[in-house]
Amino acid sequence: MKQIVVVSGKGGTGKTTIVASLAALCSGRAVYADCDVDAPDLHLILRPQVRERRDFTGIKRAFIDGNKCVQCGSCQEACRFSAISNFQVDPARCEGCGVCSLVCPEEAIEMNECIAGHAYISDTRFGPLVHADLFPGEEASGKLVAMVREMARNLAESQHLDLVLIDGSPGIGCPVIASLSGADLALVATEPTITGEHDLERILSVADHFGIKTAICINKFDLNPEGSQRIEDLAGKKGIMVAGRLPFHPSVVEAMVAGQAVVERGGPVARAISEMWGFLEKQL
Amino acid sequence: MPLKISIASGKGGTGKTLVATSIAASLDQGGKVTIADCDVEEPNSYLFFPERKLLERKECHVTVPVIDEEKCTHCGKCSDVCAYHALAVLPQTVLLFPELCHGCGACTIVCPEKAVGEGSRSVGEIFVARSGETEIVWGELALGEARTTPLIRAVKERAEGEMVIVDCPPGTSCSMVEAVRGSDFCLLVTEPTPFGLYDLDIALKVLEKMKMPHAVLVNKSGIGDRKVYGYLARRKIALLMEIPLERRIAEIYSRGEIFVERMPEWKARFVGLVGRIGEMLS
Repeated sequence: MKQIVVVSGKGGTGKTTIVASLAALCSGRAVYADCDVDAPDLHLILRPQVRERRDFTGIKRAFIDGNKCVQCGSCQEACRFSAISNFQVDPARCEGCGVCSLVCPEEAIEMNECIAGHAYISDTRFGPLVHADLFPGEEASGKLVAMVREMARNLAESQHLDLVLIDGSPGIGCPVIASLSGADLALVATEPTITGEHDLERILSVADHFGIKTAICINKFDLNPEGSQRIEDLAGKKGIMVAGRLPFHPSVVEAMVAGQAVVERGGPVARAISEMWGFLEKQL
Repeated sequence: MPLKISIASGKGGTGKTLVATSIAASLDQGGKVTIADCDVEEPNSYLFFPERKLLERKECHVTVPVIDEEKCTHCGKCSDVCAYHALAVLPQTVLLFPELCHGCGACTIVCPEKAVGEGSRSVGEIFVARSGETEIVWGELALGEARTTPLIRAVKERAEGEMVIVDCPPGTSCSMVEAVRGSDFCLLVTEPTPFGLYDLDIALKVLEKMKMPHAVLVNKSGIGDRKVYGYLARRKIALLMEIPLERRIAEIYSRGEIFVERMPEWKARFVGLVGRIGEMLS
């Protein structure tokens, strides 16, 4: 089984647009996984029919039993995250370490598991999709990404599908590392802006740090030809393939509004993505 | 009165940095403005100030356990208590996975031999630069590091002043919450597309949970559909500004220039935007 993940340093460079179209192109042959769990959008195009929902248990959180608490203040003093004040736990600050319950002389603090989101297995017109929602503001998005990926792998195995296509999140931190790890190929979406170029270098270094093979897709390449050339040069210097060059075209937003993948609508971007898929298939 | 405004969004690439840098550049007649770039995974605001002078650069340290192997009996209590699986106790040694450690100190507390002390390690760097009346403070997470919150906290602590603009990371999870926390007001930047609206809705839920005063700015107006406007009207959320999708603005931005410097007719509108925020808070 092969796993392809689409990531980007900078947000809004077209990850979900690309994944939705690749899903249409390998329809029936792959499982799809939306690992951008705190801003998931792939379902808006794939329009899934949910078959199964699972609870996601995030970090544990401290609960103070007001009847046992003698207000000694030991917990407040020991908490490194400033999560306890006035003998109350602020759930948004609690990182679930359990130090408060260790130091409480009255055993008044319990650490409880909390549901922090849901993961879903769904059917779509292109094949099965595993997706999730993290409750607003929750922690442990990396743990939920790992759960989504495991569900997707198991699903691919049980349905004898040999490809998992993953929509990642922007950045280089915890959810990104969780979506990259163990992938066979990371397609890095970027755009020829000063911010896009800067962020590209950082995500490429992170992928390299974890030993993940990469390819680059330059989105809206025609908006800034010099910037695109600099990205091509950087790729050449690092020995990374530029797998696709997508033009700036209204069909991308039109498809999104219609709940369609760009390749279902046709046009220049659709053609460029189809070409890129041909190239990526050969890489695998 | 000091004012701290955070610029956030659910979806990435909607224009947070464009708005943060434009506000700073528009207010530059009225004294110092500080940009606190809390997108420590991909900090970009400083790129728009090529004339900047670097004033300060320092590492950001977090606490990690240090095991005294002489005293350690390999009983395993530290590893059992660690909520983050950052310690593994083997018969002969203790392994620490520093990227997983939150520095909570539980291992030090439970060790019966007092063999767990504390040290520190760097998770990234903080930079302070100045360009005209604008001070830019940003953090840069070291490659391979997973946890952003200690660095975000450090950037916020360093960024002080009468007028602070916090450029937040995208998303709606703990990084975004940490960046927004402590602001007087949060301006959410969205685009009028299905993706923009879906992620805006999640971001608004976060702000409501935090009881953070907020309003919305629609960037790239003219693309997509009209649904965001109906949504904002229904939810009675203030729409403070719209920036149209214009090739010229996109090109100015792509070159790393602040768009209000090239289109100064927009400066008064950003000054007005900050004024409206001030009124909403009073």
